[in-house]
Amino acid sequence: MNLATQGTPVGEPYVVEPSEPVAVEVQALSVWYRSFQALADVSFSIPRHRITAVIGPSGCGKSTFIRCLNRMNDLIPEFRMTGDIRLEGARIYEMDPTEVRRRVGMVFQKPNPFPKSIWENIAWGLRINGRRHDLAESVERALRRAALWDEVKDKLHMPATSLSGGQQQRLCIARVLAVEPEVLLLDEPTSSLDPIATARIEDLLIELKDRYTIVIVTHNIQQAARISDYAAFFYLGRLIEFQKTEDLFTRPRCSMTEAYITGRFG
Amino acid sequence: MRRPKRERFLDGMLHWVGLGATLFGLLVLTVLLVDVSLDGLPRLSWDFLTSYPSRRPEQAGILSALVGSLWLLSLTALIAFPLGVGAAIYLEEYAGRTKWSRWVEINVANLAAVPSIIYGLLGLEIFVRALFAVTNGRSVLSGALTMSLLVLPVIVLASREAIHSVPNSVREAAYALGGTRWQVVRDHVLPLAFPGILTGTILALSRAIGETAPLITIGALTYIAFLPPLSLEGLRTPFTVLPIQIFNWISRPQKGFHVNAAAGILVLLAVLFLMNATAIYLRYRSQRRLEL
Repeated sequence: MNLATQGTPVGEPYVVEPSEPVAVEVQALSVWYRSFQALADVSFSIPRHRITAVIGPSGCGKSTFIRCLNRMNDLIPEFRMTGDIRLEGARIYEMDPTEVRRRVGMVFQKPNPFPKSIWENIAWGLRINGRRHDLAESVERALRRAALWDEVKDKLHMPATSLSGGQQQRLCIARVLAVEPEVLLLDEPTSSLDPIATARIEDLLIELKDRYTIVIVTHNIQQAARISDYAAFFYLGRLIEFQKTEDLFTRPRCSMTEAYITGRFG
Repeated sequence: MRRPKRERFLDGMLHWVGLGATLFGLLVLTVLLVDVSLDGLPRLSWDFLTSYPSRRPEQAGILSALVGSLWLLSLTALIAFPLGVGAAIYLEEYAGRTKWSRWVEINVANLAAVPSIIYGLLGLEIFVRALFAVTNGRSVLSGALTMSLLVLPVIVLASREAIHSVPNSVREAAYALGGTRWQVVRDHVLPLAFPGILTGTILALSRAIGETAPLITIGALTYIAFLPPLSLEGLRTPFTVLPIQIFNWISRPQKGFHVNAAAGILVLLAVLFLMNATAIYLRYRSQRRLEL
């Protein structure tokens, strides 16, 4: 299936270049899985220390998109891409993938703590990145940043799987923060959580944006409106619209964006 | 909804047929065990376990065969475990889904089904004859190398299965933190797969302990009146194993040797039982550790 030949009524994407420092620059990104084209000609800039939401209906390529940003797609044999992604000016597909993934951390849809202790979950990333000297301090700092320390400080050696879903997801965030990435990718991080746990994660992300560039994929339009500074709307593998969240939700430029955010399809 | 009478009848039938099939296997095993125990149990004694074979049945013991079996088994495990697990790691984590890996996969599965006598012939030609300088011919080393070939495909298959069943979310999480392939395999995939790998290996080895054909082919002796020294030189000495000793005793005309054979079978079964129990225990323990 080739997106260009589908005859969908998509004109030129409406993309506003952010007027702030840029952390990640995406240029003409196209992705194929075998012969299926998942992304077509996506270009936009992700501002530093802001929350950028990636929204769109299922199958629009939003997960594929953020998995390009930390080269997770490299693990899929059928994956092929063209275009360019730059992290602080450097081409990530010319860097060592393990370095990319350390600098661009990722939290997944389903909480996936390692089946080990809470402590081990945080310490592993530190150890493999050669940070053994102040392990205890770093573990505590990561857990504090993820607003989990007070809940787990007395049971660091309990299995991570004994935590609740929301706590597990915050542990996964802490695990990523421990290796001190510059960018934090979240792929529908709250879709399996209840509203209270979701609210805690949202508050946490807003706290974290002073230090990290955050990209969050969400199918929850309200969530995007609540927490993000910028929003990108994807449809059928194309970027349709990218601008400040406020503008995208109040004055969408593309009829498709308007239809999606007002709930007429999705 | 009311089910038709016929369906209910068939359902009931299947229940009983299934139960019968289960009991049949158990029954045969029980009869065998009881029969062998009646013959062999009176003969089992410390002396029987610590004596060498002899012309006189009442003086003959199983020491050299028992030690030979244990030697052979440990050596086989030492050779086949790293090779088998290494191959499984390569195939699952490194090779990807290419034509080459599928080709290897099919051939490994085929190898697992090759009759053991073929491995015996291969061992005779390669380890006993071609590598005489290393193995000193019909030695315990030749035997262990031959047995390793025999159990290797089973270990590879079991280990692949175990590695394959490690959830992908664990790999993703580890890679996303900047782990290299080896770090991910070493710290996450292998520990999770370990119980399965261990069980597969021990089951493969318990197949090896009962094997006779390949060892007869490579010329394991039946009359061994010494124990191999615990050294590299000991690897190059001739050996015998439990099944061969049992087979030898059964083929003798004297009644006394038949009793010895029954006692020998009990020893073999005890070793087997011990191995399987170890497998279950180790699996239980590492599972509990992982749930931590």
